Amino acid sequence: MTGLIAFLIVGLLAVIVVQIGKVSDLAARIRGEEEVAQQSNDRTAVWCVVFMVVFLVLGTGSMYYFKDVMLGYGPHGSASEHGGWIDGLFHTTLIVTFIVFFITHVLLFWYAYKYRSREGNKAQFISHNNTIELVWTVIPAIVLTFLVVKGLVAWNNIMPDLGPDDEFLEIEATGHQFAWEIRHPGLDGKLGTKDYRLIRPGVNSLGIDWSDDKSVDDFIVQDVIYLPVDTTVRVRITSKDVLHNFYLPHFRVKMDAIPGLPTYFIFKPIKTTEEYRQELRKYPEWNTPYDAEDPESEPRWKMFEYELACAELCGKGHYSMRRVLKIVSKEEYKDWLVGQESTYMTTVRGKDNDPRKGQLLDVEIKERAAELKSDFQNALSSEDAIDKIILLEHVFYDTGSSALSDLSKYELDNLTSIMKANSSVVVELAGHTDSQGEDSSNLSLSKSRAQNVRNYLLNKGLDGNRMIYTGYGETFPLEDNGTDAGREQNRRTELRIVSQ
Amino acid sequence: MANIATTYDDDVIIKEHGYNDHFHDHHHGDKYQSGFISHYIFSMDHKIIARQFLITGIIWAIIGAAMSVVFRLQLGFPEESLAWLKPVLGKWIVVDLAGVGKLAPEFYYALVTMHGTILVFFVLTAGLSGTFSNLLIPLQLGARDMASPFLNMLSYWFFFMAGIVMFYSLFLSTGPFAGGWTAYPPLSALPQASTGSGTGMTLWLVSLTLFVVSVLLGGINYITTVLNLRTKGMSLWRMPLTIWAFFITAIIGVLSFPVLASGFFMLMMDRGLGTSFFLSEIFIEGQALDRVGGSPVLYQHLFWFLGHPEVYIIILPAMGLVSEVLAVHSRKPIFGYRAMVYSMLAIGFLSFIVWAHHMFMSGVNPFISNFFVVFTLIIAVPSAVKVFNWITTLYGGNIRLNTPMLFSIGFVSMFISGGLTGVFLGNSTIDIQMHDTYFVVAHFHIVMGVAAFFGMFAGIYHWYPKMYSRFMNETLGKIHFWGTIIGAYAIFWPMHFIGMAGVPRRYYSFESFDAFKHFSGMNQFITIAAILVFFVQLIFVINFFYSIWKGKKMTTKNPWGATTLEWTTPIEPIHGNWPGNLPAVHRWAYDYNKDEREFIPQIVPLEEGEVGDH
Repeated sequence: MTGLIAFLIVGLLAVIVVQIGKVSDLAARIRGEEEVAQQSNDRTAVWCVVFMVVFLVLGTGSMYYFKDVMLGYGPHGSASEHGGWIDGLFHTTLIVTFIVFFITHVLLFWYAYKYRSREGNKAQFISHNNTIELVWTVIPAIVLTFLVVKGLVAWNNIMPDLGPDDEFLEIEATGHQFAWEIRHPGLDGKLGTKDYRLIRPGVNSLGIDWSDDKSVDDFIVQDVIYLPVDTTVRVRITSKDVLHNFYLPHFRVKMDAIPGLPTYFIFKPIKTTEEYRQELRKYPEWNTPYDAEDPESEPRWKMFEYELACAELCGKGHYSMRRVLKIVSKEEYKDWLVGQESTYMTTVRGKDNDPRKGQLLDVEIKERAAELKSDFQNALSSEDAIDKIILLEHVFYDTGSSALSDLSKYELDNLTSIMKANSSVVVELAGHTDSQGEDSSNLSLSKSRAQNVRNYLLNKGLDGNRMIYTGYGETFPLEDNGTDAGREQNRRTELRIVSQ
Repeated sequence: MANIATTYDDDVIIKEHGYNDHFHDHHHGDKYQSGFISHYIFSMDHKIIARQFLITGIIWAIIGAAMSVVFRLQLGFPEESLAWLKPVLGKWIVVDLAGVGKLAPEFYYALVTMHGTILVFFVLTAGLSGTFSNLLIPLQLGARDMASPFLNMLSYWFFFMAGIVMFYSLFLSTGPFAGGWTAYPPLSALPQASTGSGTGMTLWLVSLTLFVVSVLLGGINYITTVLNLRTKGMSLWRMPLTIWAFFITAIIGVLSFPVLASGFFMLMMDRGLGTSFFLSEIFIEGQALDRVGGSPVLYQHLFWFLGHPEVYIIILPAMGLVSEVLAVHSRKPIFGYRAMVYSMLAIGFLSFIVWAHHMFMSGVNPFISNFFVVFTLIIAVPSAVKVFNWITTLYGGNIRLNTPMLFSIGFVSMFISGGLTGVFLGNSTIDIQMHDTYFVVAHFHIVMGVAAFFGMFAGIYHWYPKMYSRFMNETLGKIHFWGTIIGAYAIFWPMHFIGMAGVPRRYYSFESFDAFKHFSGMNQFITIAAILVFFVQLIFVINFFYSIWKGKKMTTKNPWGATTLEWTTPIEPIHGNWPGNLPAVHRWAYDYNKDEREFIPQIVPLEEGEVGDH
């Protein structure tokens, strides 16, 4: 039915259109074709001028009305250093082209009006004029040369890559259908290598090579991406599947993400999110409620965030690849950075896919040394007897045996140096087990384990008189021996400060 | 306004001064197209083929424009229900529980892709160049037909087949191709990347390969005809600018389309034979593909090596038509004829060394971009020269402001507006921000979409009498013009602002981004304008088809008082174009208001002491 009505409406419109045409033809025939043609020509000539005036007024007026969306105008300023150069060139080009636009349009429609055909009028035979043609070839050439030079100077300042001596922060953006993944290099400032063949969805979404030492402190940024202000940022841009484009509109940053061909873009944020908000605050359109339906909601400027988008068609979800970017002061950035956990440490370390399983990382060795040192200092300074006992967390033995495991040496070496530094301290080394197995064998196992620790320390050159050792077996459990976790806690080696 | 003081007896002049090629001695010509099928369908007559190209182009234009109305509805009124389109679009309208129908995102992208492909290739390449090159090259050169009428016929039917394949792809259950008219791999190469990249993409490639064949057959014909079949006296420097434009267009097409075809073949092999021309290190759908070493950027180079010349393939014929129409209806010679030819040659040449300005942000070496910026902005110089020459052609004229003239003036306006925004985009620095935003959409729609359409309309209204021996209705033509120029600016002018604000093109919805979602008013305005412009075009379509049978009849051979040869042929077109001798040419095509004569056709010999060409 709807289809029929639509069909009828279209048919009716067609009839109307045809009738308009017929009527005008008939009218022309009645009134004399020549005369009608002359009148129509005059009328059309007037319309040309009217169109020109309205077009130029509305065109110019709309540019004024919407000036706030133009690059570099009003609140639409650039938040990056190079963005200012782009906006400046935009401004120059806008002035030049607007002048040309205005003059040519005035002439085009004014001539159409002025030289409209009239009775007894005759056109002039002007075929060419070399002088004027030379002039209007040379002038555009000069103006364009100026724009080209200005443009290329800026371009060659923006695009070249950084050298090894430059200081910059490098992050990596990887596009996939349909989201961006951002990898941060961590404290070492270096991104680890990756290989698309290592990608395992949910486990290693970027294909990071965990055996690369640079990968260890890298982290995948969850949620908001933080970057420090006034710092040169190099974004390494890659893609997993199809083309994407890393687009930061407020920073004038745009570069394709290509599978198999990493690209980059270098920019320096110069306004923090908060500073940008304060600038937006000055404009009335940014003081309207953020949620148009809810007049009580926060003003728009307060809710402003820098956004990351995709600007290369990548499939049906192309329009939804949003991430929020926050530019903060260098101090805030440092705080944020310290609070981030390395992806390797949180998702890979100690798991089956950890290439360093059974090895200690430098950072872990250092951490353990610091930890033991501070435990020791606490024990020395405390008055309480219970505080004089220190758990040697990282001393382990082979299962069911008293032989020290390889990794225990780090803790014991640390202990050696602490004992050497505090030469008056006398300690007791105490072995403990869980309640599994015979009491007597537990007792002897714990004793021989404590003895092995002492022997290790003796070999490292500590005086045997400063170290007594005892096996306590299962007599002093820390936790409930009924659970696996509890038993694990109970199997331990302790150090007690006897005198200091 | 047909106040033509001077009249000429063409038949007598051609009989006396013409050239007898003994064409009509054989009578072979009229025999082979005696039947309906050989006359109207598998015709080898260039005038019929021209009309076939035109009508096929009009049909495709309606389909392509209707698609844009549908996706504009989604963009302008995302909250409104499109459920009423379900009878037509079926499963591509997704109706939610509240009964609100939305365009499926896949299909939105399919529509955008098809709109671009159809308009660029089927309408503005085949429909424009195919129509007028076929119609005017033999007629304006004084030739009986194309150099190879048979290849010319094949050219149309390859285009027709390309259209059939593309049309079929619209009805696939997985939808037509949806990866953008540029079809960048890997999106276009991997069926798992998008539903449209399956069979839809296969058919897209088949269709456009057939289309390349069509363009090459046509182009070789146009070049050969221009070089070999010019009548006596028609030196290159006496050819009307239309012919120069078609000639240069054909050369560009023949040189660039094969490169596109090679890109397509490589893409086909990547899709079907497991090669890796454009693929490397891809992980998709939970699987790491065993394809390394290729580069998606290579495809972009191959594509834009055609793609950029392609926009000149579209605009040069329009420039030629407009130059001719401006001169005829201003009753003045085109200003700076030689400068116009040199500009077109310069544009044609430069069009081959600017392609990477589409790729400033595609990961090509930024150093290389320097060259492309320079060459790109150099193109602005010949373009500016052309604009100044057109405007100066109006100066001191006796202008008939009829529909073809209005569309020509409108063309110049559009070419200025769209060309100037090209100065922004051609400068790679500004392109960093503007690339792939609505600013680009506004730029190319105005400069090569609307402008090319205006040139095409100018040509249709002007040469309609030559095609159908009748006129199109003037009043409807003027309504069509004013509706279109106002509407087109209403659509595309605001897009500049949206683009400057940073809104990317090819977004199904702007809602997820705070930076992009505040232009709903402007998007509604654009959509409404687009719908109105669509209906205004229907006025043209009705006028066109109605006038074929009912239009005002042509009573004189040369209603516009033009100098070129096509207006010396009989009112009712005949096979072989001229009944007796071929006309011989004695002067250039722009002797208007020279030596007290209102116009002097090219067939009129020089008078004693008269200076000929200019």
